[in-house]
Amino acid sequence: MTAYLAKRLAIGLATLLVASLVVFSVLEILPGDPARIMLGLNASPEALEALRSQMGLDRPVVLRYLDWLAGMATGDFGRSYTYSSPVIELVAERVSVSLPLALMALALSTAIAIPVGIFAAARRGRLSDTIAMGIAQVGVAIPNFWFAMLLVYIFAVGLRLVPAGGFPGWGEDWGGVWQGFKALLLPAVALALPQAAILSRVTRSAMLEVMGEDYIRTARAKGLPRRAVLWRHALRNALIPVLTILGLQFAFLLAGTIIIENVFYLPGLGRLIFQAISQRDLIVVEGVVMLLVASIIVINLLVDICYAIADPRLRTGR
Amino acid sequence: MSLDPVFTPAPERHVLVKALANRSFLIGLVITASIALMALLSFFWTPYDITRLQVADRMQGLSLVHPFGTDHMGRDILSMIMIGARNSIAVAIVAVGIGMGLGVPLGTWAAARGGWADEALMRVNDVVFAFPALLTAVMITAIFGPGAVNAIIAIGIFNVPVFARIARAGALSLWPREFILAARASGKGKALITIEHILPNIVSLLLVQGTIQFALGILAEAGLSYLGLGAQPPMPSWGRMLFEAQTRMAVAPHLALFPGLAIVVTVLGLNLLGDGLRDVLDPRLRRER
Repeated sequence: MTAYLAKRLAIGLATLLVASLVVFSVLEILPGDPARIMLGLNASPEALEALRSQMGLDRPVVLRYLDWLAGMATGDFGRSYTYSSPVIELVAERVSVSLPLALMALALSTAIAIPVGIFAAARRGRLSDTIAMGIAQVGVAIPNFWFAMLLVYIFAVGLRLVPAGGFPGWGEDWGGVWQGFKALLLPAVALALPQAAILSRVTRSAMLEVMGEDYIRTARAKGLPRRAVLWRHALRNALIPVLTILGLQFAFLLAGTIIIENVFYLPGLGRLIFQAISQRDLIVVEGVVMLLVASIIVINLLVDICYAIADPRLRTGR
Repeated sequence: MSLDPVFTPAPERHVLVKALANRSFLIGLVITASIALMALLSFFWTPYDITRLQVADRMQGLSLVHPFGTDHMGRDILSMIMIGARNSIAVAIVAVGIGMGLGVPLGTWAAARGGWADEALMRVNDVVFAFPALLTAVMITAIFGPGAVNAIIAIGIFNVPVFARIARAGALSLWPREFILAARASGKGKALITIEHILPNIVSLLLVQGTIQFALGILAEAGLSYLGLGAQPPMPSWGRMLFEAQTRMAVAPHLALFPGLAIVVTVLGLNLLGDGLRDVLDPRLRRER
């Protein structure tokens, strides 16, 4: 178990390091000098030079990379050129929108998909299975931003139950939290549905595969009720592929909300990075991308740990 | 002395016959072919000329003259969807082509070579998979300039590790088999064996993954052009039609309805086709899933 996890951890760290090199070099070779963008086209060469040296842009590339890396390791992601505040503060502010949104969408999609998948697998080949999987097949094909637009039209424009966009913040009291929750409700549903469609298909096929195994027949033969076999024996063994997809989906949700944030005008991480790119605020882009890459690696590591818990065979070395 | 036939295998039905008997394949094929035909037809004929703006006819509802209505500049939505199909299909095909063209040689090479090459490829894959795909595609198109070509590259890059991984896994499972051993014993090199024996045996895997990536490519292209990073005006694209419809939804919801449906139908058709192909080409895969 320890050796397995140590290997996964080492790979994760190495991946992070290589990713940092990629991010840094890609943004380094980009056209567009941040100092010039900040000062505009009419800046005097002296002012430009002064700003470049103030921002450290005149130092050797390798030194800047190492500085950047050391800064990130100690939690210092630098200062944004355009917002003139530390990147880490900007990120913290935006994460308070993006993370709850991703968690809501994940919870919703799991709550829908796993029961539907199990139900469809248990009634394999019957009409209810065909209908559920037909809906899932259509759900996979729906672009989430189009679904979001339809939701806005029905629930915000038509029924006026929730706001059509924007985010009021989390407020000071429960009323404020409720307002924030309401603003994230439609985006979360829009994100969750296509995810739920994929997840229910995966759950169904994982369950079907497990239910063909001998130990399931044994469990049934020794007189366990069908329901107990389904939940205790089959589901636990079907969890591995389901966990894989869940991990992938959470990683997608953290960063993939960029389009949904644009539909609902939500001040999340996606919009931060979108605006930072167009303003050539490279330090923000670098910082946010690295944080996202790091969180994806951490999620994958957590999934690996869950594997080891769910499947004892992985613990004892392959 | 002749042997009594104890067991005669049932004659294998032709793949095409099996395919057409598969419901999912058949429906998927009909949908996909119709969308492709619609895109082809748009090169020769569309109900209206979309380069001519007729503001007097703007935002009309559904009618016999304009079956899907008109947009905010009086252009016929049906005609725009037909032409937009070209863009979606072209972007997705080339992106899948990039993924296969680079990924398959890499994956089969890693499987044949083994050792450090294999390990290196898998680690590079880890790095690419650690980047959030959609966000990186947005970054690439935003940085190198919006447009269909950059959208293709942005989507195509993420197809490379997908195909590399599939090709590698397929090839790895074949290398220990007897017929490969026989080929090696007869003195063939690894490259020749890969081309003559490995590739034909992983074609079905690649085809199935190709349809899935094709569908994902259409969704990704729609997302990028919704953000204004895909094909640029006046070339119509389904994603941008949705973006333009968004602010007008309260007045004319049908503007958003049809481009969205076009995406859903196309992706649905491709996914059904992929599911069907998987069942027909490789029944083992269906059980493994």
